Amino acid sequence: MSGRNERGTPYASHTDAETEAMLSAVGVEGVDDLFDIPASVAFDGEFGIESRSEREAERHVRGLLARNDDLTEFLGRGHYEHYVPSLVDHISQRSEFLTSYTQYQPEVTQGFLQALFEYQSMLVELTGLEIVNASMYDHATALAEAALLAARVRSTDGDRVLVPDYLLESRRDVLESYTDGAGLSVETFDTDDGNVDVDALADAIDSDAVMVYAENPTALGTVEERLDAVGDLAADHDAMFCLGSDPVALSVLEEPASVGADVVVGDAAALGLPTAYGMGLGLFACREEFVRQVPGRLVGASEDESGRRSYTLTLQTREQHIRRERATSNICTNQAWVALRTAIHAASLGPGGLVDLANDCVRLAADLAGRLDEVEGVRAPVHDRHHFREFVARTDRPAAAVADDLEAEGFGVHAVDDHRVQVCITDANEHAADRLVAAFEEVA
Amino acid sequence: MRYDQARWTHDADAESDDDRYEPLLAEKNTEEVAVDSPLPDDLTREDLELPALSEPQLARHYTRLSQMNYGVDSGPYPLGSCTMKYNPKFTEDVAALGDAAVHHDRSDESLQGTLGLMAGLQDYLARIGGMDAVSLQPPAGAAGEFTGILVAKAFHEQNGEGEQRDEIIVPDSAHGTNFASAALAGYDVVELPSGEDGRVDLEALEAAAGDRTALFMLTNPNTLGLFERDIEEIADIVHDAGGLLYYDGANLNALLGRARPGDMGFDIMHYNVHKTFATPHGGGGPGAGPVGVTDELAEFLPAPRVREREASGDDARYERFEPEHTIGKVHGFEGNWLVLVKTYAYIARLGDEGLDDASAKAVLNANYLASQIDYDVPFEPFHHEFVASAGDQDAADVAKRMLDYGVHPPTTKWPEIVSEALMTEPTEIESKETLDQLADAFDAVAGEDDETLEAAPERTTARRIDQTDAARNLRLSWQAIDEE
Repeated sequence: MSGRNERGTPYASHTDAETEAMLSAVGVEGVDDLFDIPASVAFDGEFGIESRSEREAERHVRGLLARNDDLTEFLGRGHYEHYVPSLVDHISQRSEFLTSYTQYQPEVTQGFLQALFEYQSMLVELTGLEIVNASMYDHATALAEAALLAARVRSTDGDRVLVPDYLLESRRDVLESYTDGAGLSVETFDTDDGNVDVDALADAIDSDAVMVYAENPTALGTVEERLDAVGDLAADHDAMFCLGSDPVALSVLEEPASVGADVVVGDAAALGLPTAYGMGLGLFACREEFVRQVPGRLVGASEDESGRRSYTLTLQTREQHIRRERATSNICTNQAWVALRTAIHAASLGPGGLVDLANDCVRLAADLAGRLDEVEGVRAPVHDRHHFREFVARTDRPAAAVADDLEAEGFGVHAVDDHRVQVCITDANEHAADRLVAAFEEVA
Repeated sequence: MRYDQARWTHDADAESDDDRYEPLLAEKNTEEVAVDSPLPDDLTREDLELPALSEPQLARHYTRLSQMNYGVDSGPYPLGSCTMKYNPKFTEDVAALGDAAVHHDRSDESLQGTLGLMAGLQDYLARIGGMDAVSLQPPAGAAGEFTGILVAKAFHEQNGEGEQRDEIIVPDSAHGTNFASAALAGYDVVELPSGEDGRVDLEALEAAAGDRTALFMLTNPNTLGLFERDIEEIADIVHDAGGLLYYDGANLNALLGRARPGDMGFDIMHYNVHKTFATPHGGGGPGAGPVGVTDELAEFLPAPRVREREASGDDARYERFEPEHTIGKVHGFEGNWLVLVKTYAYIARLGDEGLDDASAKAVLNANYLASQIDYDVPFEPFHHEFVASAGDQDAADVAKRMLDYGVHPPTTKWPEIVSEALMTEPTEIESKETLDQLADAFDAVAGEDDETLEAAPERTTARRIDQTDAARNLRLSWQAIDEE
């Protein structure tokens, strides 16, 4: 009953008699004869890893994970949780979806292609941009790919990528990893009270800028108020304007295309995945004129031989398996299954549900900030702006001590610097808001 | 075996064929809502128009789409170089546990389960690859390649040879990602022609390797399934030239328990966990591409890594730390966590005996299948995959026709060293009976004329799709279809 490990992998289908028949058909006495490995590099097979039955393996992993503390998370900063409808799990676990490969044979994978085409279409509506690819890895890598796109398509030379000082350090690190090879230089401009300082940007930008980046909402949770001015500045200098956001925020915030965004990146897994230690779905949208320079997979509509509408991966000559070192990106394996989940989640909410959810993110953040502001030793929000999902609060006590003490009370918040914490609230944790406020009253 | 794939149509009696398809969500119903928000009007959009369907309607929509999709659980999927294994169901269950749904930015102390699993997986992968240190951060194989290249770059820079070593050598038969990852990191790619036996040509490598060589990227067994028997000499040539040796882990399923990249002289490798360790491909991803390195390169790995804080037996505590000369980050957080949970679960299930046997049966299956088909297999002895030649037939047409026999076809027209290549990797999961069915499909198609092949497929949801039209007349959203 403990599986077939003693005999080898439980996920093969050979009886001993079949194995013998197959060896004999091949003309060898044993499997060892099929390996053409010089003795000098051969390995004895002793990894020292225990074989387990499914029950034992399940219990082992469950036991490991159970060592995570049971915290109620008020955490965001680029990784967000909204309630994921059961439909998303049940449908995305259908094994025709889950166990399929990239759609290199479109005739037999129309279902996944249509789902990805629908994902692309919903994000076209949300961004106002004509082109959405079928996924990048996450927000940070999508941002990095946007900078590389900017460097490829810009009409004149230049090497400056301008980012606001609220850009998360982790995203900046990824941006630098990806753009170093292309000789780009990532430079920071100042912000003012949690928003882009348009004057500072005007001073910083010149004809060497290939891209200007901003976020809405920002990593601090603030809603940007002068994105059209940012877009104008970028356009005036022939720089690409890249905006970071996510599909929930885009349901109410001004449409990126209307403020001049050329590219929109973000974490689309704000819909579709629970918190997953930062695993995400890189949203990548851009203007139509860049379509032949886009990184990643694109699903397009076509017709089959009988004239019926069908879908296929298209413009594959941009990609690594054909263009190799001249490809628009090295990406191959991507986040397609997460995009499927995001699409199902978005469709489950519908436009009314999305707008309601986004409005909740505005109200909940304002309410919680207001309540924390009344707690002695706390001032919230720090930024005199509108907020979405999250906000920064000032604490009289050191932020790290406040965060530690809150954790002891069963809550997770970010300590962002000496006297600042950041708090994120959504439909997923609002039920615990009263208890969080009470905990702040205890520890702040 | 015969196969008729589902083909849902909303209007089977439509006069025109082009009206016979399962409608898009937006064609079923949309709603335009005015955006009324607590935010000032000038910061919000005016309206939003998206599909509006009930849950039962959506359940049916997506169930139909799933029926028009083919996965490993549908039938054989011998897609060469992709290692389409069965994805054990229990690994999905453990990845869905509430205890796995954690935010990244919690304290180490509150994340002992996650960090402990990551430390355990780093250890498993190090043992399997014969490596000393592992980073789990790269979210895919290509991201692993890119990470490995940045590690090599950091190593050469530390030795004062960063500027000088500006070339990466890649065999002509390598995966396209090798070339693209090298270019992404700013390197010149030197393409190494294969020898007549399909392996690395040592003389050509001697000639290519030199003061400018940063890295030689190699897949072993290579994309023809051949083991690079001269691997130790290859390592010597590269190392003598001052370069490093990189192992592309795409074909690791051939070697589990039989040979380890670290023992062959490789300095850096990536693991494709969605291939070798059976995490689902999910229609294109997510996967994960952990990177393993030798001791001397560990200080360059991406930040953070995980380690045991103090050796304290059963109550081990774990922490994240930044390697001393880290290259930085290649993912905004730490990669595809849920995929890593599934990877760990798979390895913990199989253990030594299961892993070793997986490779043994994968190699046996490839050899058995090759022995049963009519198509010529020019390069031997192959391991977990073989590359047959469709001869006078067009390999792409062969693939389309195989779909009608209820099997997913091999990878086609690559590597180019075999004309009309059919790159076939049945993996260990298939039974003799299934392999016989696959062989029957190959042989049936081998005996068919071009006309039949060009008319295929007939029994799939879509007939042959017009790729040229898709690219020339771009419609990448339902909005674009509406504009027509």
